[in-house]
Amino acid sequence: MLFFIRSFPRFILGSVRVVLRGGKAYWLWIALLLTLMGVGGAAYLRQFHLGLIVTNMRDPVSWAFYIGNFTFLVGVAAAAVVLVIPAYVYNWKPIKEIVVIGELLAVSAIIMCLCFVMVDIGRPDRALHMVPPFGKLNVPVSMLSWDVVVLQTYLFLNFTIATHVVYRMYCKRSYSKRFALPLILFSIPAAVGIHTVTAFLYAGLPARPFWNTAILAPRFLASAFCSGPAIILILLQVLKRYAGLNIHKEALWKIAELMAYAMFINLFLFGAEVFREFYSGTSHLVHHQYLFFGLHGHAPIAAYAWLSLICSVLAFFLFLIPKTRKNVVLLNAGAIMIYIGVYVEKGVALVIPGFTPTSLGGIYEYAPSLTELAVSSAIFSFGFLLFTLMVKVAISIMNGRLTIDTPGGMGLISMGHSSEQLADAEGTP
Amino acid sequence: MNRPQLLTRRKMLGSLAKLLALGAAASTVSACGGTMAGLTLDDLLQKHYLDMDDEQLAALVARLEAAILERWGKPVTMATTPAKPGVRLAMTLNLSACIGCGQCAQGCFEENNQARDPEIKWITMLRSHHMKIWNLHDTETYTLPPTGEDDGNYYLPVACQQCDDPPCVRACPVKATWKEPDGITVVDYSWCIGCRYCMAACPYDARKFNWAPPDIPANELNPKQHYLGNRPRPYGVVEKCTFCVQRTREGHDTACVTVCPVGARRCADMNDPTTEVYAIVRGVKTIQLREDVGTEPRFYYYFSDGTT
Repeated sequence: MLFFIRSFPRFILGSVRVVLRGGKAYWLWIALLLTLMGVGGAAYLRQFHLGLIVTNMRDPVSWAFYIGNFTFLVGVAAAAVVLVIPAYVYNWKPIKEIVVIGELLAVSAIIMCLCFVMVDIGRPDRALHMVPPFGKLNVPVSMLSWDVVVLQTYLFLNFTIATHVVYRMYCKRSYSKRFALPLILFSIPAAVGIHTVTAFLYAGLPARPFWNTAILAPRFLASAFCSGPAIILILLQVLKRYAGLNIHKEALWKIAELMAYAMFINLFLFGAEVFREFYSGTSHLVHHQYLFFGLHGHAPIAAYAWLSLICSVLAFFLFLIPKTRKNVVLLNAGAIMIYIGVYVEKGVALVIPGFTPTSLGGIYEYAPSLTELAVSSAIFSFGFLLFTLMVKVAISIMNGRLTIDTPGGMGLISMGHSSEQLADAEGTP
Repeated sequence: MNRPQLLTRRKMLGSLAKLLALGAAASTVSACGGTMAGLTLDDLLQKHYLDMDDEQLAALVARLEAAILERWGKPVTMATTPAKPGVRLAMTLNLSACIGCGQCAQGCFEENNQARDPEIKWITMLRSHHMKIWNLHDTETYTLPPTGEDDGNYYLPVACQQCDDPPCVRACPVKATWKEPDGITVVDYSWCIGCRYCMAACPYDARKFNWAPPDIPANELNPKQHYLGNRPRPYGVVEKCTFCVQRTREGHDTACVTVCPVGARRCADMNDPTTEVYAIVRGVKTIQLREDVGTEPRFYYYFSDGTT
């Protein structure tokens, strides 16, 4: 135990050294992310100064792009279980080798979620009001309070598990079953929990019939188990090509197969909802009409809604048929289509029609402002930056390039040394 | 062996110092951002309204009054008058009388120091030939007053219904909005974090958000204020009708009741048998909006023709 504690600073310094070294492509990527963060950061400062007036949200559509992104990313975070269950519960080797990537994606996604909440609230300076004992958290009544609690729990779980597993690997040991297994097992219901609570946040509002449906939470889960793995699929291939991550094809195919099942459930539930709405034709139908056909000549999101539906259906068939999901091009095409399908579904087709028309019949045509786009891209860049840095360390360790035996663990000295010395240190296994 | 380690430590300390300096710089920048938005340390540390004793409340009110004097150059009085025990406020509105002129919305706007741009109005005017009270999105929202001739429409002014089971209070993650003992739902504008979940939860579109800092001209600022009512709101918080808490708790009628040219509105204690509201709530057939969502409104609409 003492050994693990004593070596930890060395692990941190070694990790810092890994992320400070990289090729031209790596630094270009980092520079791009930092630039986007700078632009978005400036846009956010302006928003903080002038108020949310610089967004295109207004009273009739009081939540929009920020909260849509938040909802989408909760799904991405929850989707880590698609890897965690086969890896730890079924001990399936091809996925066990890469499960850490999924957990790190979950960590990055949750941090992005929390950022999206922070930029959406009108008074970020009062964020402490959500943190007892400084604040008053309205539990158990407010679903938003529950969301804050479950998101932080899930972040803590995944960060702890991923750090533990990677660090043990660094120490050339396997993870501690006694410490990690309970956390891993708990992370499975927690993943379901974050997306369920986020769905309940919407579904618990009788004022908004578009959201006030029992089918929302199951649909959230089903669509999350498509979109999260879609990102993981593409990331894994990128990492395989540029970072030398070892991935078995079987792992990719298995993920694609699981996505096909999830997409089937998502489409089935969607069909059930559409049947109920259009066949019964109550006054609540108006929101679905707005989404797919527009109202009184206003149809700003109908094209997106159809695009999302078509992408989802096509991808479902690509992933259902074994021959097409084993074809690299079609597999990636399917993953991109699912990403588009679910991103539009959560980012546009969930929030906006819930508010349109408003309870009193108001119709406000919303499209994100430049500020909203800049701030959102900065948050995505920040998430990607975190993910890049964490994955770089994780892969160095998984490939055995960074271990407890790597010399020059005290990275801060090496920073002052010449590049030859550094290269020497790198070269020794 | 020892020497390099010492060196390292020194370098590490140096890096640590640099990190600290960076942190300090970052907090300075954010502090500048704070002053830009008109924030003070007092604002950041202010407690929840219900957690303050009389002394703290008095100090707070004095500070807020001074801040308004500095910003608008106008002396104001800010009350914190509590609810009278046993009082249960309710409003009645006679749809047979309402001519849809929208003066209630305008009177409310002037009384309650609502933001000018984008304009906030707590009362929304609706009209419809065939009123569907469960289905208000089929009605038409309008801002210009009608001509005064009978154009075959009902007129329906809608504001906060002061629900007995308010979904907005349930929604708030930080308890910044609550129901007072006299039945009105209020917001502590200094506690609200501006998440706008209450706006999504409200079935009457009664809650409005301050998208920009307030821009009320000094000569139009109503100086008779209540902490929970019409004091100028900071930017980034939610607000709503309070049945003119600054008036009703001092024994006056609300602004909308006062300005209504046809006397369609009443607002009073529904527990007090001497009030008209008591008589209407008990003796007249009344209508509540959106009863399907289980909010139990304390806002009663009725038709005077054929019922009395």
